[in-house]
Amino acid sequence: MSDRAGDVLLVGTRKGLWILRADDERSSWTVSEPQLLGHIVHHAVLDPRDRRTLLLSDRTGHLGPTVFRSTDLGTTWTEASRPPAFTTGDPHGRSVKGVFWLAPGHADEPGAWYAGGSPQGLFRTEDSGDTWAPVSGWNDHPLWSKWAEWPIEGTPDGSMLHSVIVDPRDPSHLYIALSGGGVFESTDAGSDWLPLNQGLAADFLPDPDAEYGHDPHCVRLHPLAPDRLYQQNHCGIYRMERDEGKWQRIGDNMPRDVGDIGFPIELHPRDPDTAWVFPMDGTDVWPRTSPDGRPAVYATHDAGVSWTRHDRGLPDRAWFTVKRQAMAVDESDPVGVYFGTTSGEVWASRDEGASWTSIATHLPEIYAVEHAAPADL
Amino acid sequence: MQVRIPTPLRSYTGQQKAVDVDGSTVADLLDALDARFPGIRFRVVDEQDRLRTHMRVFVDQESVDDLSTPVEGAQEVTIMQALSGG
Repeated sequence: MSDRAGDVLLVGTRKGLWILRADDERSSWTVSEPQLLGHIVHHAVLDPRDRRTLLLSDRTGHLGPTVFRSTDLGTTWTEASRPPAFTTGDPHGRSVKGVFWLAPGHADEPGAWYAGGSPQGLFRTEDSGDTWAPVSGWNDHPLWSKWAEWPIEGTPDGSMLHSVIVDPRDPSHLYIALSGGGVFESTDAGSDWLPLNQGLAADFLPDPDAEYGHDPHCVRLHPLAPDRLYQQNHCGIYRMERDEGKWQRIGDNMPRDVGDIGFPIELHPRDPDTAWVFPMDGTDVWPRTSPDGRPAVYATHDAGVSWTRHDRGLPDRAWFTVKRQAMAVDESDPVGVYFGTTSGEVWASRDEGASWTSIATHLPEIYAVEHAAPADL
Repeated sequence: MQVRIPTPLRSYTGQQKAVDVDGSTVADLLDALDARFPGIRFRVVDEQDRLRTHMRVFVDQESVDDLSTPVEGAQEVTIMQALSGG
């Protein structure tokens, strides 16, 4: 018997979680009944280390934020006994309004996860999400309020910490991203941090060479080339070779009439030169819908030197918005690519983005799409 | 003291609409609730001991936001959810 239950998508929405399950060919998908209906689910992630522990960030219109855990793919849920929270008596008066991002820790630290919050706190668990503690080196950093623009919180739905990345070679080497605030790096397990924003545009800041204050939308590190980072930023698409220490705007190579504005960026699991983005309109008043109402995924296979448009199967006209956690890839060959829209549709490609099929419609506003390959339960 | 529980919190109380707990202040009652129904307090009160934006507490008919408000002599305490949009 296979120990693999097949491909699953965890679809977090403004009104609960839906689980999509594929057949062996990924050609047919079944959509679950809603789980935690009415709950705001910013992120749901299956632990790739044990392929059983599923964490879900949760709040509701009324109730405060928490984290739910499941080890049976959502059949039953257990709430964290100590959810992510700032220290009582916090000098900034901060309280977690929402857990925005969940990230499993290093492979050598089973049970370790990070959570990024709104406002922009960082939290860590070492017991698979049951009890969480603040990462003091970040939350209490003397420059935190400057870096996090506290208490302005200019981002429309509140500032958020996201894209928590653990270097696969070194559990003490971390990256995080703030919207707004920029990318930050720690080489000592989060005790101290430095901005990592050289080369990024920030057309909303007076200083073109600002050290921080940028708006990364999604940052990814390639596990097979861990000195390479990709970023979909508010102001474009970037790549950094870490030894160079400077972001290069690879989005300049996108077609001018499409531009390089968007939220998610996803990487090929085996080819560090391949990435996918979902461009959105960043002109005029920034509609951030598919440019000219013609949705397409763009792929690069040469680390951003050139881009290829993929729209086969997508509607001729549609004004899709795809949020930063709402695009995902699987590990199959060829790779499956997925995205979810704020209009509640999930689209899938099982040929690395070349053609697309709708696999779910009429869901609530989609915040997150994560691929999972759960162990057979 | 009887504490009335709104629907969003009844998953914690086994669907009980009201529960009896002891205490001399609102904070005491919330602590006692949390001891019986772990996790319920943090959904209502944040880590800085502030009532969450869309939650309300009434001592009898009086809305309170100071958790040190005494409850002695009151008939009941009601936790309610406020309007929070769609």
